[in-house]
Amino acid sequence: MVNTMDNKKSKKIKKILKNSSVGIAGVGGLGSNVAVSLARAGVGCLLLVDFDKVEKSNLNRQYFFSDQIGLKKVKAIEDIIKNIDKEIDIKTFDYKLDEDNCDKVFSYVDVIVEALDSAEQKTSFIENIMNKLPEKPVVGCSGVSGYGNISRIKYMNLGRLHMIYDDKAKDCQDDVLMAPRVALMANWQANVVLEILLGEDK
Amino acid sequence: MSITVNGRSIDWIKDETIKDLLKRMKYSFPLIVVKINEKVIPRKEFTQVRIPDNSKISVIHMISGG
Repeated sequence: MVNTMDNKKSKKIKKILKNSSVGIAGVGGLGSNVAVSLARAGVGCLLLVDFDKVEKSNLNRQYFFSDQIGLKKVKAIEDIIKNIDKEIDIKTFDYKLDEDNCDKVFSYVDVIVEALDSAEQKTSFIENIMNKLPEKPVVGCSGVSGYGNISRIKYMNLGRLHMIYDDKAKDCQDDVLMAPRVALMANWQANVVLEILLGEDK
Repeated sequence: MSITVNGRSIDWIKDETIKDLLKRMKYSFPLIVVKINEKVIPRKEFTQVRIPDNSKISVIHMISGG
């Protein structure tokens, strides 16, 4: 279908996003989906950090394919994104984020997405990044496990910290992780990133 | 003389630390991010940081999975 809706708006969006950069901490269930969505939306530069490899057990919710098992997640997602749009500038970092390195790698991006796995990692990352990079918007997520319960998921705007949040969800150790809810919350995060980059859609 | 915690208005108590406040609110989650006004307070400072009057506090419960 030809997009005849609003050419001016579309051109403006394209231009802004092409010159935007987003850093994604963790390329698992959340991060792989956020990265692909933002790539399709037209974000020009993506910076991806993860130390893990693709495993068979990831395929029920993460944006990888069976022929990518064993590959580094950052390499696997880079291949997928290049297949969508080879023009996108992708920077990958194959290491574990910690207190000392997290601010350096993300210091030049426009928005940071927290897409880590364990509650401990999420907490430390948000604490560190919010204190070390005091101007940077951060989009986090907590409570992805299970299915259904859609009305419990909410968006919280806490200044420059934005959360996609279900505080009634169980820890993933005590529950299932499934593609719909994980991808849905990841796409909420991506949607918030767009709003930060583009301003409110009026 | 009050503070707001996750949108709820409660009494401000002089010299109350974050640790005390979490106890008062009966928040027992192990991993939380606490934001006082514009600042995220690291967990290691929960026993020292005293809550100023009129603070707007957000307590976010971090849950594994991602």
